[in-house]
Amino acid sequence: MGLSSDDILVVIGALYLVATALFIFGLKRLGSPATARSGNALAALGMLVAVVATLIDREILSFELIVVGILVGLAIGAILARTILMTAMPQLVAIFNGFGGAASALVAAAVLRESLAGTDDLSTDTSITVMIGTLIGAVTLSGSLVAFGKLQEIVVTRPVTFPLQKTVSGLLFVGILVAIGYLVAEPGMEIYAAMAVACLLLGVLLVIPIGGADMPVVISLLNSYSGLAAAAAGFALGNVMLIIAGSLVGAAGLILTQTMTKAMNRSLANVMFGAFGAAEQGRPAAGGGEARPVNESGPEDAAIMLAYARQAIFVPGYGLAVAQAQHQLRGLADLMEAKGVEVKFAIHPVAGRMPGHMNVLLAEAEVPYDKLYDLDQINDQFEDTDVVVVIGANDVVNPAAREDASSPIYGMPILNVDKARHVLVLKRSLNPGFAGIDNDLFYKPNTSMLFGDAKESLIKVAREMEEV
Amino acid sequence: MFENALLIELYVLVLAVFVGFEVITKVPPTLHTPLMSGANAISGITVLGALLVVGQAGETVATVLGMLALILATVNVVGGFMVTDRMLQMFKKKPESQE
Repeated sequence: MGLSSDDILVVIGALYLVATALFIFGLKRLGSPATARSGNALAALGMLVAVVATLIDREILSFELIVVGILVGLAIGAILARTILMTAMPQLVAIFNGFGGAASALVAAAVLRESLAGTDDLSTDTSITVMIGTLIGAVTLSGSLVAFGKLQEIVVTRPVTFPLQKTVSGLLFVGILVAIGYLVAEPGMEIYAAMAVACLLLGVLLVIPIGGADMPVVISLLNSYSGLAAAAAGFALGNVMLIIAGSLVGAAGLILTQTMTKAMNRSLANVMFGAFGAAEQGRPAAGGGEARPVNESGPEDAAIMLAYARQAIFVPGYGLAVAQAQHQLRGLADLMEAKGVEVKFAIHPVAGRMPGHMNVLLAEAEVPYDKLYDLDQINDQFEDTDVVVVIGANDVVNPAAREDASSPIYGMPILNVDKARHVLVLKRSLNPGFAGIDNDLFYKPNTSMLFGDAKESLIKVAREMEEV
Repeated sequence: MFENALLIELYVLVLAVFVGFEVITKVPPTLHTPLMSGANAISGITVLGALLVVGQAGETVATVLGMLALILATVNVVGGFMVTDRMLQMFKKKPESQE
């Protein structure tokens, strides 16, 4: 080769610049439905360019292990991506976040290990960034695993709290900072390993007190952390590409986190440390409002009401995802449209357990996205709507958020479905939602309840409708 | 301009964070899930770090750590971009499959 090492570094730098442009342009195009797919492809191309650029680095001597590692990762990633159910998307993103965080922490650990084994001394800058990369990466890993467990309902979805929890977490964090300080002065693998374990524990302690209903915020935040961990690993390696891509993702995740907390009218601190819903544990569904009457409806009544409505708005929530009923919902909506009903879908920003999750499910059922409306677009339309059908949604339609100043969700922007002429609620039972808060909507005179699994109920209503 | 690499890296960090904020701010809620999973795939950029560690073929423990990092980061990158594409190909404006 006629190229000197310096020439190669220039080529790598230039390719990183191309990759950076592709990442930014790709993220930009991900922001609009018409261009999003090409945006994702551009970002993927950017990643390919960055990987190729890295492989021409003269420091890379051995390719056998690299090929093995990439092939294994490629196979696992492709299988997961192809087989995952759309309803399980939040879990998948949670686990991918965890993998990203873990990889960054492992890279940081390897940098430390190399330098301890070799002769080159670790500069203070590098060792600080190694420690920060380990901290963020490990917290992202264990936090994501707990989030995954909660979403998959392996781990209890209610907030798990114990006395002095915040104190314990705080002390642990201080302990980690002290260990980092010591390690920067006196690097050693044993104390480093202990520090890493403490970081993993911290991640568990941070996510375990957060309730299932707040998972959209947690996933966004962990997404941000996984980016920041990559940026920190970039500092440890002195690799600008990692810093750029990592901080792009870190910023993007923060924006989404902020959007989510705004949609819940809460602060990030309140989500993280408020143990939201834990206070309700003493007030289970069986206790409080058991004597309150509800209007129970059957599939026939529901079908008649929907068939003769002029306008109907569907409000899907996580219950729809659990029942995998998105296709049945689309089927019912088609039947109604054939009867001349004007059908729309209203999506609350935090419906489901991940931002935008409902939109993905409805897209899977081939509901065109221009029939989906978000909160601001649709909230004044409920008054002029004959029937609103709430499917497995709860807190996002709870009027207490508007009316009851003592409610934990007071102030959260909700879909004003109670303003419609009729409300039909498809729900498994009267049990409160993930936030564990009773919902007055179910007891209103213009509300009918159709109990049962969302999928079965939708099938029954559709069957009745064909006979109307 | 500067000899200090750390300072230049910090400049890069701050500018990239601002670009990230600007690029993401006005994304419609419809796209929040694909955006998040696409961004998540980009955070697998740490695969470059893993490549450098594994490729150096240095100390054994470091190589093992790097190898684990390489696999996890590759899963993150490949799975992330693929699943995002799978989601996005479902987003359609007009129901074309219908007559």
